[in-house]
Amino acid sequence: MSTVNIQTDTKTHSAYQGEPVINDFALMIATKNGSGSQTSNEVLIRSLFRMGIPVSGKNLFPSNIKGLPTWYTIRASKDSYIARRATTDIAVTMNQDTAAEDIANLPEGGVCIIPQEWKWGQTRPDIIYYEVPVKSTLGMSDIPSDFRDRIANMVYVGACAYLFDIPLDIVRQALLDTFNGKEKPANMNFGVVQNAYDWSKENLVKQDPFRFQPLDLTTGKILITGNEATALGALFGGITVAAWYPITPSTSVIDGVLDHKHLRKDPETGKDTVAVVQAEDELAAIGMIIGAGWAGARAMTATSGPGISLMAEFTGLAYFAEIPCVIWDITRMGPSTGLPTRTSQGDLLFIHFLGHGDTRQITLLPGSVAECFEFGWRAFDVADQFQTPVFVMSDLDLGMNIWMSDPFVYPDQPLNRGKLLANKEKYEQFVAEHGEWYRYRDYDKDGVPYRTIPGVDHMRAAYFTRGTGHNDMAVYSERGDDWLQNLNRITQKIDNSRVLLPQPIIDFDAQNEIGLVSFGSNDPAIEEGRDRLAAAGIKTNYLRVRALPLAQSVKEFVLKHKRVYVLENNHDGQLAQIIRMEAAEDTRHMISLPLGDTLPMTAKWVFESVMHGENK
Amino acid sequence: MPNALGLERQDYRAAQSTLCPGCGHDSIANQIISAAYDLSLPMPHVVKFSGIGCSSKTPAYFLRGSHGFNAVHGRMPSVATGAMLANQSLYAIGVSGDGDTGSIGFGQFKHLIRRNVPMVYIVENNGVYGLTKGQFSATADEGAKLKYYGKNELPPIDLCLEAIISGCTFVARSFSGDAKQVQTLIKAALSHRGTAVLDIISPCVTFNNAPDSTKSYEYGKANEIPLHQIDYMPRGFVPEREEITVKSDYELIEVQMHDGSYIRLKQVDKDHDPRNRAAALSVLEKAQREELFLTGLIYYEEPRPTLGETLNLVDTPLSALADEQLRPSPEALAKLMATFG
Ligand SMILES: Cc1ncc(C[n+]2csc(CCOP(=O)(O)OP(=O)(O)O)c2C)c(N)n1
Ligand code: SF4
Ligand SMILES: [Mg+2]
Repeated sequence: MSTVNIQTDTKTHSAYQGEPVINDFALMIATKNGSGSQTSNEVLIRSLFRMGIPVSGKNLFPSNIKGLPTWYTIRASKDSYIARRATTDIAVTMNQDTAAEDIANLPEGGVCIIPQEWKWGQTRPDIIYYEVPVKSTLGMSDIPSDFRDRIANMVYVGACAYLFDIPLDIVRQALLDTFNGKEKPANMNFGVVQNAYDWSKENLVKQDPFRFQPLDLTTGKILITGNEATALGALFGGITVAAWYPITPSTSVIDGVLDHKHLRKDPETGKDTVAVVQAEDELAAIGMIIGAGWAGARAMTATSGPGISLMAEFTGLAYFAEIPCVIWDITRMGPSTGLPTRTSQGDLLFIHFLGHGDTRQITLLPGSVAECFEFGWRAFDVADQFQTPVFVMSDLDLGMNIWMSDPFVYPDQPLNRGKLLANKEKYEQFVAEHGEWYRYRDYDKDGVPYRTIPGVDHMRAAYFTRGTGHNDMAVYSERGDDWLQNLNRITQKIDNSRVLLPQPIIDFDAQNEIGLVSFGSNDPAIEEGRDRLAAAGIKTNYLRVRALPLAQSVKEFVLKHKRVYVLENNHDGQLAQIIRMEAAEDTRHMISLPLGDTLPMTAKWVFESVMHGENK
Repeated sequence: MPNALGLERQDYRAAQSTLCPGCGHDSIANQIISAAYDLSLPMPHVVKFSGIGCSSKTPAYFLRGSHGFNAVHGRMPSVATGAMLANQSLYAIGVSGDGDTGSIGFGQFKHLIRRNVPMVYIVENNGVYGLTKGQFSATADEGAKLKYYGKNELPPIDLCLEAIISGCTFVARSFSGDAKQVQTLIKAALSHRGTAVLDIISPCVTFNNAPDSTKSYEYGKANEIPLHQIDYMPRGFVPEREEITVKSDYELIEVQMHDGSYIRLKQVDKDHDPRNRAAALSVLEKAQREELFLTGLIYYEEPRPTLGETLNLVDTPLSALADEQLRPSPEALAKLMATFG
């Protein structure tokens, strides 16, 4: 790859000595953006998945519609590791602009599949070349000319199927999966796959050790992107208003809501229970969901860093006026426009403290597609429960790449609308019990007041919402004591959330002296890295943070270890900073390991960074 | 005298105003109170919105029985859009200023109109930023003078023109010194299904009330030219209805509103038919060119579908859906999961 990759493996594959390498290697497909390679790559992934082989795919694409280089890596792992692998063993080079570099990056013993008509020559004697005639293979099939360029990619699918043992009937099934069961396009594509397979069988001599073999490790599993999982979660969480402004890598969240909105159609009238509005900008998008949340909707937006920047004033208002809404930040590389198509976890501090004055925003941190689904619905409950904006920070890797997962679990709790006096009866009942109702009065001494919404049919159920100073009767006030009382209560409310938000996932053994802390999409790399560390004699404990403000157990975890490494995918070690802020007493033994190299974390980086820290 | 809901006019009041005594915005708040009382508006089903500014403070001063949302500067339209999606059955009244709408919130203003969010959108237009102490706003006339900021060299933005070209189907201009017209227009606007924009010249007595200012009381009183005498007849109250026909010379124009009420315009300027878009645009051009202070219903059109209708939303307010309508069944999830396997 031409991207500078500080996580690259230099050592050669250990199994190149003649032994076959089965279900444990990675494949890289280099194409041009917009050439239709996404379909062929998806077909390859789905084929392996159908063979029962644990698989993961990472799309490394440019911020461009057509022409710039794209790399797609597919990793098969008999050990069910789904993190990105630093090095790929096989390169399918379909892009002349990058082929030289793609070939140069192959390890010794690697494989290069390259179009024959390029007459590129076999410049590296230490790798294996397979030259495949893309143009003439395509010519054998009767393909309408406007489909030709896109379908050309099916040639490498056919060649790979022959070379690495993917049964053709499985490829056909995968094609049907990819085309949502539509026979016509599936057949047209399959014709090319078949021809390429036949040609390869007749003309290529297998010289490399890499092979796929059926396993049964994907039975019952699903393949899905994090963003689609988020959208489904939101639909099962009762989303009623979505407002957004398109931005990579968050766009497919709202696309997912639109694609699956039928789940929530009113069966009798066929009308929608979800309003989706493409706003004029993120400022309007956040304004709309705040207005909607205030009036009783379950409202959500999805954006990325630049959009979050525009939402600062409004989310401060929602925090202070105590209005529930949900904001998904699918993070990408910043600052500024940064690298719009590269992953990062760089918005953590920004989100958590978004808003001027003293604000601390509740932030959920999903680490898998299953958690994208779960937090998709749960975020609405949290927002309603605490009457506050809830941020959920996913990232480009989790959001846009396809992940293998167990099927999603149906919400284990009914919808929680919090302390909502949603109608006249509820309002009157409250007043009968308390003798009064004031919007910001702390009746339960837990910092969370009761709220009404417009339309509650009672003359005294209304209140005036404002971002300016107010007392607990929601009346404008410039008094210092009113201000303090109000902000103290909000602070208490946010502090109380620590025990009710998703708790960290902890793997702890008192014998181990070293602790790892991380969050979000790093999880597979950390887990694999821990296995490698253990194999090298370093046993580690692991805590994955799932929400801010931090749970008490994070502090305890840090204190229980001799050394703690905080591994995250940003430049400044933002989670480490938050832990230092909250557990200042003793974090001298805590070491911040930020990556931030624009790519998903790898086990190799985890392993080497911790080894380095341990002076090994 | 109690209205149909048994409420007195004073029941429609709210907090005491904190604006400067004599501020034009207070008179508009008073006309909102009168209109709501006259129409027997059910306050729990009304929502009030505003941005930031002296004008935007006023929703705290009317309709105490209604929920109000004093948002951030210039962004009231988006908040109103969201709230009206959450509950389409509400009446919405938004109050903004010329700074709030014409500058920082200009984009949101136009997009709200484009989406046809059903609400009355009042701009209390004084040609200055009152709350930040008297800077020029974008509606100040070219050549207008202010004590500290000198002469305004830039052409004004005409909010009525902007509303019409953005697709607004109810556009009026008025003068807070013309209480009766303001009140009638508010009533008509409340009967309109869609965004209704009222650009009301509302003098800032503290920063922009010099007699030579086109936004002053003195100027308005001396120069206002109503395009027509306007009457509002609520549903079920249509005296002499049978005898009235629309005359070809536009002497009398009657428009039936969406809720069954009528507005009747006795034309003063016989050239102006508010149902003609080109005429509406040209009368605004003319007013600007000849420095005429024309007031009244500038433009009216059969309303387009509202945002909620465009989105094909269920009739039940989204905020009132039952849990079963908010969460698909476990079977639906299982079926869905099978498609990802
Ligand atoms: C983001 C932001 N910028 C600036 C301000 C300061 N500000 C408050 S009101 C106002 C102008 C209000 O003018 P207008 O809308 O004409 O209302 P008026 O006071 O004249 O009624 C400004 C600039 C603010 N509140 N928020
Ligand atoms: S400063 Fe002007 S606009 Fe503000 S309250 Fe006073 S008179 Fe009204
Ligand atoms: Mg003003």
